[in-house]
Amino acid sequence: MSLTPAQIEAARARAPQAFETPLSLRMRRIALWTGFALLTGYCLWAFDVSPLRIWTGLGRLGDVLGFMFPPYVWKSWAEFSEILKGLGETLSIAFLGTVLGAIVAFPLSFLGAKNINRLNVLRLGVRRGYDVIRAFETLIIALIFIRAFGLGPLAGILAIAISEVGTFAKLFSEAIENTSTRPTDGVRASGGTRLQQIRFGIVPQVNPVILSILLYNFESNVRSGTILGIVGAGGIGFLLSDRIAAYKWDEAWSIIFLIIALVYVIDYFSALIRARIIGNWEGVK
Amino acid sequence: MAFTAAPTAAGVPAPDRLSQFETDFAGKRRRARRAWGVGALIFALLFGFSAWIGDFFRVTQVTMPDGSRDWRWIIPAGIPRLGEYIVQTFPTLHWDTFWSDFANWFWRWKIWLSLLLETVLIAFMATTLGVAGGFLLSFPAARNLSPNRWVLWLTRRFLEITRTVPDIVWALIFVFCFSVGPLAGILAIGTHATGALGKLYSEANENLDMRPLEGVRAAGGTWFDQIRYGAVPQVLPNIVSYTLLRFELNVRSSSIIGYVGAGGLGQEFRIAMSFQEYTDLSALFLIILVTVIVIDYGSEKLRHKIIGLEERT
Repeated sequence: MSLTPAQIEAARARAPQAFETPLSLRMRRIALWTGFALLTGYCLWAFDVSPLRIWTGLGRLGDVLGFMFPPYVWKSWAEFSEILKGLGETLSIAFLGTVLGAIVAFPLSFLGAKNINRLNVLRLGVRRGYDVIRAFETLIIALIFIRAFGLGPLAGILAIAISEVGTFAKLFSEAIENTSTRPTDGVRASGGTRLQQIRFGIVPQVNPVILSILLYNFESNVRSGTILGIVGAGGIGFLLSDRIAAYKWDEAWSIIFLIIALVYVIDYFSALIRARIIGNWEGVK
Repeated sequence: MAFTAAPTAAGVPAPDRLSQFETDFAGKRRRARRAWGVGALIFALLFGFSAWIGDFFRVTQVTMPDGSRDWRWIIPAGIPRLGEYIVQTFPTLHWDTFWSDFANWFWRWKIWLSLLLETVLIAFMATTLGVAGGFLLSFPAARNLSPNRWVLWLTRRFLEITRTVPDIVWALIFVFCFSVGPLAGILAIGTHATGALGKLYSEANENLDMRPLEGVRAAGGTWFDQIRYGAVPQVLPNIVSYTLLRFELNVRSSSIIGYVGAGGLGQEFRIAMSFQEYTDLSALFLIILVTVIVIDYGSEKLRHKIIGLEERT
């Protein structure tokens, strides 16, 4: 059975857009792509990107990749303990940064939740405060803390803690807003005060959500903790940037692969912990 | 069985059932307490160990008000220094000479503005690169679309490596290869974005409705036809929304990537830090803050508009 021309004509009359895009839409698409191409072209010109430059760069990149083999293996304990200390610092930066950030953010998050803080002005003000904190890059905060506390992991911990306060307070207060009112109503019906309503009605509901946010952010902080060392705020990043500055590429690649392995291990364990503690919790999301 | 005794007339459980409950409850409570105790102990140990590694207990020399030197713990010693530092970054603005003070504060505004443009353009180019790379790799990296297992494994590992290595480390590598300048920054952020976007896109691909693809195959379409006419139209809204989010993140990254020499405003941070131009720092802060807020707001509006359009049709 094949279609007759008349049937095709009928289909065209019924759904013209399936056969041809309207002119206005086509013009808009053309304009969009031209704008995109012009902007790209301008960037390529302004940033002086020439095929020759790319080619030489790729050649050098190939050299650098060539230095990966054979990968450097730390032989003596003196060398190895330095790397181990760097990794330990990175982990402790991520851990303490996450924990301290969460401790400060937890009480603050109640101020930003609609169902707790009914004062609109205060709530919106607090929320903008979280946004302002999140707008600062962790690396820049770390640079400031280095001036006050000197080079080392302490500056990194405080930088991550500060930037996590903004993130956590926002995420926690969203979790609090998503809680059900029924447990709170129950506590109130049996004569609970406002504080008891929060303690026994809301906190048990948000705990699993908070835990999963914490685990997730711990992972991401391990990643950002690895780079804080580049500006001098402790951790494995310092050793890495030091090796790259000295053109010890084989050692640098080994450190990079160690970082990847570390992130892998942490992903694995946090998935394990999450499955153990939260399971397939279907509560507040 | 302990639960065979019938309830008494008033509905009150028989005494042996009650005592059974009491012992069970006490046992459960004891176990819960023990688990909590062990958890808290492990946590405290981890906390203490990390605090020790993280220099919390280090002592440092400080200058006392009378000029003598003394040893103090680092955190109480650092907080006043931090305060001083932040106060120094505030510009001196007087009400009657406000405009000239303001001009004094933003004295390098021409350079900063051109660097800001460079920052945004680096983010734009890096996003383009990341979208192109992530989009192309997201199909072989999706379990349901990948042509074969080896391609799947290879692309997945490649995406993992590109996204696990932070963009600033890529910048260190690319600055060596492509020399100092925005090109290194574009490639660094673009490489990292390829990994991050490739993962998100391939997850979107794995949630595809496979029926349109089967339809294309039934009509004789190749693998590319299936992707083009079956998969891409389905994932397009997701892709647009992830891309805009990535652009915001890339603006932040490109604002600091200049710190290692890869173009953009970051290099001014480095200059201001090393020349101790404190008020420049607050000016740069403000510039980046305003840019990030504007871009966040604009892309949120655009995203809502695009997603809204998709829902209506």
